[in-house]
Amino acid sequence: MSYKVIEEGNVATVHLDGEIDMDVTEKAKEIIMPLIEAKKEVHLNLKEVQYMDSSGISVLIESHQKATELGTKVILKEISKSVLKVIMMAKLEQILNLD
Amino acid sequence: MNVALKSIIEQRDFVVSSSSLKEVRSFSREVFEKVNIDQDLKDELVLAIAEAAQNIVKHAYQGEDTEDKMEIKISLEQGHLEIGFFDKGRPVDEKNVRHRKIDDIKPGGLGTFFIQQIMDAVVFKEGEKPWINHLVLTKNLNS
Repeated sequence: MSYKVIEEGNVATVHLDGEIDMDVTEKAKEIIMPLIEAKKEVHLNLKEVQYMDSSGISVLIESHQKATELGTKVILKEISKSVLKVIMMAKLEQILNLD
Repeated sequence: MNVALKSIIEQRDFVVSSSSLKEVRSFSREVFEKVNIDQDLKDELVLAIAEAAQNIVKHAYQGEDTEDKMEIKISLEQGHLEIGFFDKGRPVDEKNVRHRKIDDIKPGGLGTFFIQQIMDAVVFKEGEKPWINHLVLTKNLNS
């Protein structure tokens, strides 16, 4: 997994690239959580994520819940087909912020 | 699917580690490339296999570093797919293997749910020596 973060004002856009599994979830959290803790609105661009498993979904849930707790939000952008399928399998399409 | 499916038996060993999950997916993709089924179904089967392998790393070995290997065996015979997982970790008590309630939104507990959604059956067996655990996932690809 690789990533790029672009910050503009109070919005931080995180572009994730590659496959998100148990092996990279800690790295993903290290990127995303400090932005949420800084109360940024975080846009996760998932266009280039070709694979996500339950560990990746857990990162999305944890990020969403932390953001809600701190009064900000995480919005999922340009979700790839394969990631959307897993989000729907987990019945999270009404819970997470999908754009 | 009414297309005749070829018979396949392939197995491979992997070090029990989260860093092996990518190899597990590559192996699974290579095997399913040879099978005449929809790409969506192939992707689901790869996910189920990777989730089961992840459960071995997380639960049978509780994330500990080890040099132990797990074996994954994929068999397809007359459209009946059977995927076996063999490991030497802690014995798995089937009663403790359950996914969280799907409407109880919290991180974790989804891997087993995904496996059950994708596969027809999930059976835990006692492994024959040298194995401790033997998990069997099955799915009928003819339907």
